[in-house]
Amino acid sequence: MEHFIEITDVSFGYEDIPVIENVSLDIFERDFLLLIGPNGGGKTTLLKLILGIIKPWSGSIRILGDVTGRLGYVPQFASFNRNFPISALEMVLTGCISPQNFLKRYTKDDMEKAEMILEKVNLHDKRHENVKDLSGGQIQKVLIARALISEPVVLLLDEPTASIDITSKTSLLDFLNKLNEKMTIVVVTHDPTPFTLTYRHIACLNKNLYFHEKGELDAHILEYVYGCPVELLGHGIPHTILKKH
Amino acid sequence: MENILSYEFMQNAVLTGIMASVICGFIGPFIVTKRMVFISGGLSHTAFGGLGIAYWLGVKPLYGATAFVLLAAGIIGNLEEKISDLFIGILWAVGVAVGIIFIHMTPGYTPDLMTFLFGNILMASRTDVIITLILLFLVTLPIFIFYKGFVSVALDEEYARARQLPVKALNMGLIVLVALSIVTLIQVVGIILVIALLTIPVAIAGEMSMNFKRIMLLSIVFGIVICLSGLSLSYFLELPSGASIILIGGMLLTLIKGAKKLSSHRKTTV
Repeated sequence: MEHFIEITDVSFGYEDIPVIENVSLDIFERDFLLLIGPNGGGKTTLLKLILGIIKPWSGSIRILGDVTGRLGYVPQFASFNRNFPISALEMVLTGCISPQNFLKRYTKDDMEKAEMILEKVNLHDKRHENVKDLSGGQIQKVLIARALISEPVVLLLDEPTASIDITSKTSLLDFLNKLNEKMTIVVVTHDPTPFTLTYRHIACLNKNLYFHEKGELDAHILEYVYGCPVELLGHGIPHTILKKH
Repeated sequence: MENILSYEFMQNAVLTGIMASVICGFIGPFIVTKRMVFISGGLSHTAFGGLGIAYWLGVKPLYGATAFVLLAAGIIGNLEEKISDLFIGILWAVGVAVGIIFIHMTPGYTPDLMTFLFGNILMASRTDVIITLILLFLVTLPIFIFYKGFVSVALDEEYARARQLPVKALNMGLIVLVALSIVTLIQVVGIILVIALLTIPVAIAGEMSMNFKRIMLLSIVFGIVICLSGLSLSYFLELPSGASIILIGGMLLTLIKGAKKLSSHRKTTV
């Protein structure tokens, strides 16, 4: 497998306080990477660095090939403005906006793609409904559809399983698995349990980053990263990771 | 009605009112959904400083207001989000203070403060009508051109950043458009009542549609209805025009909200 994203010695912080320090990480093509760690550990910050929303203090982030506009971003569930009235279809369409086309109208091609992707996530019949009237699982799917319309080579998801129910969680995981056949997937989560069957690599981030192959993650590292004892029940696969409190 | 409209001052008032409503309909939905109401209040009150200085200098007060509002827009657009509330509040008060001092220092007859604070659309001149027409284009054209970008930053700023859109410039542009709208509206309803004209038509439209473009269109329609009926009310009952316009708006909103509540209540009980 080839390196696809190379993160080398990256540090970044807000104001004077560093949030992540000397982080190096290689993400492979068609990788399924879990990025775990405690709240405030810098997971979302690392995603934003990869996306170029923020620039690192030091170090470099290289993405191979021409990926302009093809980094699919699925931000945290609550990050968009619910106060803004918009239909599911229109919201998905905003995913094709780029610096090159934001002055033009949506093309027929954009519209067709949006309809097709909504079909794929089983939300076609809800396309004219207001996003804020949809359920948690449906909103999550709209956010993923918005990222998919730009035909991304990598999908970066921030806490995709938060605030959705078990059934939606299962269908979301199946869907991500299918997508993984064609694209790299990076999932930021504080709860890696649902992904134990699917992930290929796991990285623990709490200011510093610890990288692991599948199955290699040991309790000492987790304890160090989370700063509290963590129990790992590892009867082959699946792993269950539980915090003891 | 034909009779009233034969007066030039009434023609000017009607034209200004209609154009102001169109401006409100374009910018108001962005102000409401993007939660820029406080920014709008700050901008319009800062204008008072410019009005005062212009009056003291003996130039057209509208020019002073425009300069101050645009300056304030530049400052507010560059504030970091964490501290913006604080500094908008300060601009708000300092703007008013500057205005009061300069109007106080102006020798001779002190102008009617009420006109600045509460507006008087019946005093709009032909020049004012032309200025409003220019402002109408200055506000609506950029919204047509940058519509997708403005929607992107109003809906999800972080995502717009991830899509590499010029988020900072779009936000700044939106604030400048709000500033230009406020300059227009100050003539119609005055500094203190500007907020109402930017929000009431949108609130009414929001009761009827959840589609952003339709909300814009409905806001224009209701803005015109409110302005013209307020204007007639003020003419026939000899009431202050700005306050009449806002009161009509407030009553219409209450009526529509009430009717909606009643009908949904009926639906659930049947």
